[in-house]
Amino acid sequence: MSQSNDLIPPRPAPQSANGILGRIQALAAQGPSHLILSVISYAAMAAMIWLILRWAISPTWTAGSLAECREILQGQHGKACWGVINERWSQLLIGFYPKAEFWRPALAFVLLGLAIFAMLRVNARAMERKLAVIPFVLTPYLLWGGPIWSWVVLFGAACLLLVMNKLLRSTNAKADFAIRIAFIGAAVWLAMNISDALPPSLKDLGLEPVKSREFGGFLLSFLIGLSAILFSLPMGVALALGRTSKLPLLRVVSTGFIEFIRGVPLITLLFIASTLLNIFLPPGTNFDIIVRVIIMVTLFASAYIAEIVRGALAAVPKGQTEGAASLGLNYWQTQRLIILPQALKISIPGIVSTFIAVFKDTTLVSIIGLLDPLGLANNIRADSAWTGIVWEIYGFAALIFFIFCFAMSQYSMWLERQLQTGHR
Amino acid sequence: MKHAVQQTPDTAIQITGLNKWYGAYHALRDINLTVRRGEKIVICGPSGSGKSTMIRCINALEEHQEGQITVDGTVLSSDLKNIDTVRSEVGMCFQHFNLFPHLTILENCTLAPIWVRKIPQAEAEATAMHYLEKVKIPDQAHKYPGQLSGGQQQRVAIARSLCMKPRIMLFDEPTSALDPEMIKEVLDTMVALANDGMTMLCVTHEMGFARQVADRVIFMDQGQIVEENTPEPFFESPKNDRTKLFLSQLLGH
Repeated sequence: MSQSNDLIPPRPAPQSANGILGRIQALAAQGPSHLILSVISYAAMAAMIWLILRWAISPTWTAGSLAECREILQGQHGKACWGVINERWSQLLIGFYPKAEFWRPALAFVLLGLAIFAMLRVNARAMERKLAVIPFVLTPYLLWGGPIWSWVVLFGAACLLLVMNKLLRSTNAKADFAIRIAFIGAAVWLAMNISDALPPSLKDLGLEPVKSREFGGFLLSFLIGLSAILFSLPMGVALALGRTSKLPLLRVVSTGFIEFIRGVPLITLLFIASTLLNIFLPPGTNFDIIVRVIIMVTLFASAYIAEIVRGALAAVPKGQTEGAASLGLNYWQTQRLIILPQALKISIPGIVSTFIAVFKDTTLVSIIGLLDPLGLANNIRADSAWTGIVWEIYGFAALIFFIFCFAMSQYSMWLERQLQTGHR
Repeated sequence: MKHAVQQTPDTAIQITGLNKWYGAYHALRDINLTVRRGEKIVICGPSGSGKSTMIRCINALEEHQEGQITVDGTVLSSDLKNIDTVRSEVGMCFQHFNLFPHLTILENCTLAPIWVRKIPQAEAEATAMHYLEKVKIPDQAHKYPGQLSGGQQQRVAIARSLCMKPRIMLFDEPTSALDPEMIKEVLDTMVALANDGMTMLCVTHEMGFARQVADRVIFMDQGQIVEENTPEPFFESPKNDRTKLFLSQLLGH
């Protein structure tokens, strides 16, 4: 080897290393067997797409029954009968929710969509995040309706709480917390009792009440799925912190809860929600079935999220805790500002997987008699006009589920890229 | 060596009869040490001798079982409030920097002043920029730690500690994880800090640094302080055999 003081100047990478052309060249270089396999694979995919399209493109949108579909198709086999979706799509969306009140869930979900969009951005401004809370408070009232007064009290209280966050800063944290708890308690009490204090003419002012039994379709899936997702994340994080805590009681309780919930099938919890819970509650209490289901699904999801977060907490180096401690940050500041942001980032794929699973698991409520899309599908197929329809309804439900689950998974990958800060 | 157990306003740290066990292992044995204000102490010793453990006891990153540590007039007890007070007065730099990777350099420096000292953000940022200039990396303020070299990261870690305006700085092998060419930039920063009159305890094997700034060098072995002296006699005529052996191994290559 000769020694030289001249450095070799950098050269561009060869063309074949990247780009579509490069890939084709690389494929060709692999020899004929690879080429043949590739051609067969692409041909199989094309055939499948063609088969699906041939089935799906079918002029049966206006048919009123399966018999009419057959008439329109005149003996052609292997064609979809879309009349069922045309006739029943509103039912698949909202179940037996009153048609005249359709605007309420529609408005609620549009607002929620905007709020979620605002919240999910990485760099959302603090004000946007605060405004985004409003649709979440508004949605229950829009969906269930009833006299407006309790909700006005709760909504007012929520707004006041936001103002309080601004005013009560930097004083004693424990006193702050106590004041807030007392305030929330007072608001709830007022909300429960306010209607007694009002004159009868004002008492029933508000949107027409809708019973939980009338909820159905994707409205029900979204409602249960979204609530469970929303509540299970903070609860899961709390359980994970509890399980890794130094306090023995907290650790035992958290661990016991997680292991119990994970050891029981969701369907069992749902049966408890639908039947068993009534036995334990005092007679005459009317505890809403949807709320009961949301609680059970939330508990179920939070146990899984707790374990995912616990794994991520363990993956954050111990030096981070020490670095934060050496600066004088206390336990909660350390967890909130240093450990959890890193742990949650690590656990994004796991958490989103759980969210997707929870959203799909909401279809289990059809077993306890709630009319989610699958429950409705059974209903529709029991209708004499549509007996024998299978693929169209389930395919429609599958498509909607796929769109939302796929969106969640894409969002999680986008979020991971956004949070990449060049370490590791 | 016996130290008089008394405190004067001049005392920054007073350690009396400190003992620590990891399970059955006796990690620190009857440590007595008094550090005056503005004093610079270098602690050296073979691996496992307890030097890191000792300085980590000073800001309660390690619990001790016996003895008393008084930092800046505050006695370290199990009271968490006390511990947080001491920690906010005592800065610490670690071997692996322990910067927060999800925050920018500037955010790393302003976090504790904002949340612990409740200083307004603008003021905290001004202070942070002042110290980042001092460690000569103000232009990196908006990058993330992962984008900086090891030497730069350690200088940020020093600036981050200084932003809390600590009265005492602890260094736990600050240059051990660095490439040779980066050690100098960190040591230069530490020398500048020493010249500003900071009370410093450094666990380090950089003997050049010890000679240059240390008021006292302490040699530890098997959890005890074996020898302590001013740098000149410590390096030229060590008394203890273990010190001699250690120094010969350290300087031999």
